[in-house]
Amino acid sequence: MNRTRRAILVVALMVGALLPLFLKSYGIYLLTLLCVYLMPAFGLNLIVGYAGQMSIGQGAFYGIGAYIAALLMTKAGIPFWLVLPVAATSCFTIGLALGFPALRVQHHYLAFATLGFNVLVYLVMRNEEQLTGGTFGMSNIPRPSLFGYSFDGALPFFYLTYVSLLALGCVLWWLLRSPWGRAFAALRDNPIRAESTGVNITAYTLLAFAIGAACAGIGGAYLAALVNFIEPGQFGVSVSLTMLLAVIVGGSGRFFGPVLGSAIVILLPEWLRFLQDWYLTLFGFAVIVMMIFLPGGLLSFADRLKTRRRAP
Amino acid sequence: MSPSIIEFENVVAGYSPSLTILNETTLDARRGEITLLIGPNGAGKSTVLKTLFGLLLPRLGEIRFEGQRINGKPPRELLAEGIAFVPQGRNLFGSLSVRHNLELGGITLPRAELRGRIDEVLQRFPRINERIDNQASTISGGEQKQLEIGRALLLRPRVLLIDEPSIGLSPKLVEQIMTMLRTLADEGTTVLMVEQNVRTALRYSNRALVLEMGRLALDRPASEILQDPDLNRLFLGGHARTSAAG
Repeated sequence: MNRTRRAILVVALMVGALLPLFLKSYGIYLLTLLCVYLMPAFGLNLIVGYAGQMSIGQGAFYGIGAYIAALLMTKAGIPFWLVLPVAATSCFTIGLALGFPALRVQHHYLAFATLGFNVLVYLVMRNEEQLTGGTFGMSNIPRPSLFGYSFDGALPFFYLTYVSLLALGCVLWWLLRSPWGRAFAALRDNPIRAESTGVNITAYTLLAFAIGAACAGIGGAYLAALVNFIEPGQFGVSVSLTMLLAVIVGGSGRFFGPVLGSAIVILLPEWLRFLQDWYLTLFGFAVIVMMIFLPGGLLSFADRLKTRRRAP
Repeated sequence: MSPSIIEFENVVAGYSPSLTILNETTLDARRGEITLLIGPNGAGKSTVLKTLFGLLLPRLGEIRFEGQRINGKPPRELLAEGIAFVPQGRNLFGSLSVRHNLELGGITLPRAELRGRIDEVLQRFPRINERIDNQASTISGGEQKQLEIGRALLLRPRVLLIDEPSIGLSPKLVEQIMTMLRTLADEGTTVLMVEQNVRTALRYSNRALVLEMGRLALDRPASEILQDPDLNRLFLGGHARTSAAG
């Protein structure tokens, strides 16, 4: 990362940290939701953008994480800090299992396999009423506290989520710049070529799904604590599709792509409220235009400009 | 005569049950030599390399490396045992830097050891050293081929399989690549090469194996076959005058 980019990042992080101080509670809630949403979006970017796999099942892991957190906190009284690793490891394990279809099928076939998984998880959440509350959902999910300090308030919970997101981002940043990250890139570029260089494509494909799912599980646990109430509708196929949209719109395979994409998906509807029902039409049109002119996502715009300047 | 390090015995392999390319192929490659596989398109030259490297599963027959059966072993295991493969065409990861491409070649090595091995490879390929932080897709064709070979050498293979190294390179660069392969062989690495640029490749090889319809049609010292007036005819798909010799 060059000096200019580093400076932009520092400024963006400071703006992110200071902005809630000037917002009302709904604004803080939206920013917190954005931080929460970025956790599964980062995970999905690892799967889709870096490892070159396809997934329309990220919403399911978001839901699994949320339900594990809700169940353990409300029914067993287990504190958030113990629930968090349980949600992450459970999703990691299930993600590992979901990676197996990716060893046999690719592209739209894999998309359908993961979509099927999302539908299955949604049906379990909706129909297993005794466990999940069914369509009535689960309520009274508490927010965490640490050494007696409660994160109940909107601002403290925002900062907790913000710091957690930064920690998760740092781990993923390190991972993607390690030999693992290069193996993921090799897998995306050409699996057979990757195999010829000694990359264990089976292991890395499974790992991409597992790590991506773990990120979603962590995000789900934070979501449960943020909204205090969860129900199956929050984790349906449309959520997975919106997450995929966020990753692609921002720029898949670019570390900060999901940040921009998720900001658009979460914040833009609020800013365009005055358009009422026309919002979706405008959003859909904007996405189509972007896919035509910037298929690499919004963050590819700078590269496009650079290439154009270099051209004779 | 050096002992055989690679042996194919009656190997049958292909890309689908209805498309058999290798028809009971029997051949060998000798330690520390460059063995050149030649023959017309579809004769099975690249298929020999892919089957040997575990990218294709042999249906029948036996493949041996240093006397041990290696049928069906995945590329990862074969790399660990000392066989490396440089496939045909461009095989770099264009989005990664030259250094990261090299690191991928040694992904199974401990980090400290990898650094030493990369330095070793960079000493052999000074041009690559100059381009180390460039994106791999931005370096020239010759540099890309050097990088591919360098990456394959990171694990210090005892056998290097290389498919059409001259594709897309200028005659001068082809000579450079061939000289480097000759040096490798002289240092003890066995090279099994497929090459369409037969005359140039023969000048650097010890042996030439001519394949026809997935079978060994001729096995001769490279210097001898280089003088053969029928070489062009053989290469274009005619029948070999001499039957396979041991």
